[in-house]
Amino acid sequence: MSEKLTHQKKSQVTEPAKEIRQRITELSSELLPEPVVDRLVELLSKRSISGRRLEEVVKEAVKQYLKSQVEPGEPVGVVAAQSVGEPGTQMTLRTFHYAGVREYNVTLGLPRLIEIVDARKSPSTPSMTVWLDDRHRFTRDQAYEVAKRILQVSVKDVLDNIEIGDGYLSFYLNPEEMDKHGILLDQVIDAVRGSLGKTRSEKATVEKEDDYSFTIINEEMTRSTGYRIKDKVMSVVLKGIKGVTKVYLERTKLSQPLDGHDEEWYIITEGSDLAKVLEVDGVDRTRTTTNNIYEIYQVLGIEAARNSIIEEIMKTLHEQGLEVDVRHVSLLADWMTESGQIKPVTRTGISVGKTSVLAKAAFEVTVSHLLAAAESAETDTLEGVTESVIVGNYIPMGTGMVDLMVNLRALKNV
Amino acid sequence: MSYAMLKQIRGIKFGLLSPDEIRKMSVMEIKTEDLYDRDGLPIKDGLMDRRLGTLEPGQRCQTCGLLWNQCPGHFGHLELAKPVYHIGHVKKIVEVLKAVCHNCHRLMIPEEKVVEYYARLERLEARRPEQIRMFVRKVVAEAAGSRTGEKALPNCPHCGVERRKIRLEKPVTIIEEKPEGDVKLYPDQVLMELTLIEDKRDVKLMGLDPEYARPEWMILTVLPVPPLVVRPSIILESGDRSEDDLTHKLVDIVRTNKKLNECVVNGSARIVIEHWWDLLQFHVATFFDNEIAGYPPTKHRSGRPLRTIAQRLKGKDGLFRGSLSGKRVDFSARTVISPDPSLTINEVGVPEHISKILTVPERVNRFNIDALREAVRRGPDDLFGANYIVRPDGRRIDLSRVKDRNEVADGLDHNYIVERHLRDGDIVLFNRQPSLHRMSIMAHIVRVLPGRTFRLNPAVCPPYNADFDGDEMNLHVPQSMEAQAEAKVLMLVQQQILSPRFGGPIIGAMQDYITGAYYLTKKGTMLTRDKLEQLLIASGVDLDRIPPPAVSKPESLWTGKQAFSVFLPADMNFEAKSNTTHKDCKQERCEYDDYVYIRSGQLLSGVIDKKAIGEGQPESLLHRLVKDYGSDVGRDFIDKAFKAFLYYLDHHGFTMTLDDVLLPADVVESIDELVREAEKKVEELIGVYGKGEMVPLPGKTLEETFEQRVMEVLTEVRDNIGNLAANHLNQESGALTMAKIGSRGNMLNLTQMAAIIGQVSVRGKRIYRGYTDRALPHFERGDKGARARGFVASSFSRGLNPIEFFFHAAGGREGLVDTAVRTSQSGYMQRRLINALQDLRVEYDQSVRTPNGMIIQYRYGEDGVDPSKSDAGKAVNVEKIVERVVTHE
Repeated sequence: MSEKLTHQKKSQVTEPAKEIRQRITELSSELLPEPVVDRLVELLSKRSISGRRLEEVVKEAVKQYLKSQVEPGEPVGVVAAQSVGEPGTQMTLRTFHYAGVREYNVTLGLPRLIEIVDARKSPSTPSMTVWLDDRHRFTRDQAYEVAKRILQVSVKDVLDNIEIGDGYLSFYLNPEEMDKHGILLDQVIDAVRGSLGKTRSEKATVEKEDDYSFTIINEEMTRSTGYRIKDKVMSVVLKGIKGVTKVYLERTKLSQPLDGHDEEWYIITEGSDLAKVLEVDGVDRTRTTTNNIYEIYQVLGIEAARNSIIEEIMKTLHEQGLEVDVRHVSLLADWMTESGQIKPVTRTGISVGKTSVLAKAAFEVTVSHLLAAAESAETDTLEGVTESVIVGNYIPMGTGMVDLMVNLRALKNV
Repeated sequence: MSYAMLKQIRGIKFGLLSPDEIRKMSVMEIKTEDLYDRDGLPIKDGLMDRRLGTLEPGQRCQTCGLLWNQCPGHFGHLELAKPVYHIGHVKKIVEVLKAVCHNCHRLMIPEEKVVEYYARLERLEARRPEQIRMFVRKVVAEAAGSRTGEKALPNCPHCGVERRKIRLEKPVTIIEEKPEGDVKLYPDQVLMELTLIEDKRDVKLMGLDPEYARPEWMILTVLPVPPLVVRPSIILESGDRSEDDLTHKLVDIVRTNKKLNECVVNGSARIVIEHWWDLLQFHVATFFDNEIAGYPPTKHRSGRPLRTIAQRLKGKDGLFRGSLSGKRVDFSARTVISPDPSLTINEVGVPEHISKILTVPERVNRFNIDALREAVRRGPDDLFGANYIVRPDGRRIDLSRVKDRNEVADGLDHNYIVERHLRDGDIVLFNRQPSLHRMSIMAHIVRVLPGRTFRLNPAVCPPYNADFDGDEMNLHVPQSMEAQAEAKVLMLVQQQILSPRFGGPIIGAMQDYITGAYYLTKKGTMLTRDKLEQLLIASGVDLDRIPPPAVSKPESLWTGKQAFSVFLPADMNFEAKSNTTHKDCKQERCEYDDYVYIRSGQLLSGVIDKKAIGEGQPESLLHRLVKDYGSDVGRDFIDKAFKAFLYYLDHHGFTMTLDDVLLPADVVESIDELVREAEKKVEELIGVYGKGEMVPLPGKTLEETFEQRVMEVLTEVRDNIGNLAANHLNQESGALTMAKIGSRGNMLNLTQMAAIIGQVSVRGKRIYRGYTDRALPHFERGDKGARARGFVASSFSRGLNPIEFFFHAAGGREGLVDTAVRTSQSGYMQRRLINALQDLRVEYDQSVRTPNGMIIQYRYGEDGVDPSKSDAGKAVNVEKIVERVVTHE
């Protein structure tokens, strides 16, 4: 959130609200979680309420809160897995859906859910939501300026025509497009020079023909290497962020008017590179985000990645009209990020966390786990669910978690 | 007989078997490959020797003397003429050879580093056993000189001898690359080298174990021969014996081994020996795993590949997933389900026939002795009888073989156990696959009923995702009192009304329940005294609860809302919008009766529909009832009020007819006009597109832009027609009412029935495949018009022409394929999720941990709130409390 907004919010905190907050904290012996207290303050500061009534409210809130606590031994993992997995069956396989922008499709539904859970390095449709700073967020033109800085422009975007001959390649550029993107021929030539390799077939000189064309000359260049070089040159990025192939300007209503504006502009991109976009002038770094969780992990760290996993899963489920409690999703996200890296929910990720040989063997790649266990003379201490089922012990959860201290030897003489 | 647990498995140690151990655990040496003699009796010293265990009833095992169903089986062994590799360990063997010096047999890591690494290994063993494997892998790589980014030591740091190059040629040939050429290392040479590795730290650092997994034990010199129980032979109907796959494989091994032995003893040519040696290696390898890359799988005479050890363990039906993680159980039943709204949601109707097969063991005491005597007298064939008696000495008495059951009944005494039939009030577990969440298995209370199906209250269909089009369900009878108590307290249906997924009710009204509720609580519903009394009696409510009538002259009349209020707790307050909510609803003063307003247990305004009592509706009336008043009240409401809804609907009458979806002629006319307009628009678009005048949307090709435009036009026309139709349909009709109140169907269904089906899409596009440049041969090539690409302008009531019918079927087929694909994908995802998270549990300090103590969350969900006890996710319903306290003022 921008500084101005937070400032405004703070000034709204009134004296009676502070007092009520204080009273609530005292009355509840600091038991209530913050969101509950916030909501109480919000509701109660609006009306006058007697001390006795306030006490009654807080007492009831604390009672309800304590009543809703989890029982020790609750198998929250299984419940979370079921709660995330069960709606999967109800999802439509309708892969594509509009994400606000009509022209752009993002993967959603079950495939997206699987993608997140698999912790793929890059999603099938990477996309960023770029929020803008106060200088650029209020008009379309200003937003467009930032969008131009982000959008990748490669040689093929400003190209008119190519001529391939023996030993040379001529590129004729489109003056209009060049102007539109503000690119000069010298820039293009520099970039093209930089991209050419050092091998014999690629070692070539680049010469300026006129203001809008240049030629690559190499005596040894054959037709086929010519085509290869052509492809290479065409994809040379001249400007913007590599990988961002499209940008869309979108606007949204502000929750409260700011400096006389009641809506703001933001950019949705096709293609994602969070590290680079955060360096672009005009971008609000505190709000800009991507749907590529791995990028978030690399740029902002594991905690941010955890939040992103939660958010992406919730968004995917919500879009399909399915309700799942955040607690389940957050448990899954915490499991995935517990090691400091993103651990996928696949056979690799799962067997990393498991110490039990039998549990690993019962999941996937049975035989290799058993052989490895034999080689390193492992011991399975049978503390998990699967192992307990296999040997016929009680499951160490819920009612099976409690143990009686019994002297078995003494019992034999009974 | 004591039930006390005397022994419990605390752990399982894995390791390699040493040749000595194999010989020690063996009861005999296999000496011949022959199985049976001419009389069909097992040959001594053969693979079917009686000492390996016995399979036939009546025979005693020659080793342990136990009967066939008691003898655990005994291993034999086979002395191999030459050592062979264990196929599963070949990779590790090569790793070791690469990491160890061939001269001094030490790990090729400098001594000081060995000390350092070993100390680290010991630390890991104590604290982070899950990391050992990774660490060891790195050490081995370092010793082998294959660690990335590091240069390999050219010489052994201990003795200075030059490192040699080893290569594995799959499947089992180990080759040393010498300057003069490749040389094969034979298993006996390798065995020798491995035996010479003496340093215990070296062994451990290589991921092996000096005590339980010596490196040389990865090479087999003696083969353990599994007992007969592992490879039983079957006697076919024809009287022929058919041997197990493993036995077939063992025969091959024994025969080859014998040949090899002869060759060795006779001093045959090296090449001959090698031939038999390789063959032995092949047979032993495929004995363990018949799917090795590089070896052809051994096949049965019929051409079916043999199922050897690895294949038995692997996969869905393998030992691990098929027999150990999931077991077959006794005391279970399965049959078709059918609905019975007269049962409570906690009950399940069990067919009499099944009740006489499933039993519950009951220990005789002074409280139940009379009842159990009666059960014994009734015997196995009468209802509520008993099948077996277990005497205190452990003898079982089969009541179907007893001549005089009266005598047995009289002889019944304390501490006898009677296995009596299932009867009313017993607790059972009820399940429908796929078991996707915990509500897929719930505890029910038995009601023995005539008939052949399990009966359940239709309100419990949603958690099971069951319907009655032929679904079958399973029933399990918990045998111990602990299990019964646990099932009753934790798993009973009423305890599961609120789903942990979203903290709302998953059991609730659907279909006719909602329709009935709507008509009952609708404005204008008036009941005479006798109607009201009948309604209440039918739903099991005490007539004392009848309130004073709303109208007393000329006769006493009660409103439907009053009748509904009888089922509510007297102090209940509630308000919410209803499903039909009109856009200018003025909340509690709503003129359209769309705002449900309950004060002190009286429904003052609003109709009760899906939003109030439907399944899966959080923050609904039903949710509040269960959450605030407990599951008993919630169950009672569902049992009784829902019966009233059905009773009222039965007597009110309800139907859906063709008339419901017929539109007046003038409306049909204007619909046709709209369709014609839309088709014209499409033609125009085709014209623009054809002339190349269309401006492509950003990021789309011309064709995509065109298609999108057409789709927009066609979607719009369907929406418009839908709205038109909705306004002209009979507002009181059954079909429209159901769609409005949410009991069945939606507006789209009605539109399709009454007015227009609209564009059929396959893969999100108009239909274009089929013939060259056209979907069907009835159109011209390249026709891009609406009707040529799957626009169906007819409605279901008007009927489809053959072309439309075909297109519609294509769309329907996609839906079917879609479902089939999706179920398998989401099923696998869920299996993985469960496998990842299943061991997590909440500890007494509310942290979430794995069994090895790793903390996943410091406090569950950050506030320690159980979602199923929460208020649709919220820990505390602040609004409700404030409202309650303040309104009391």
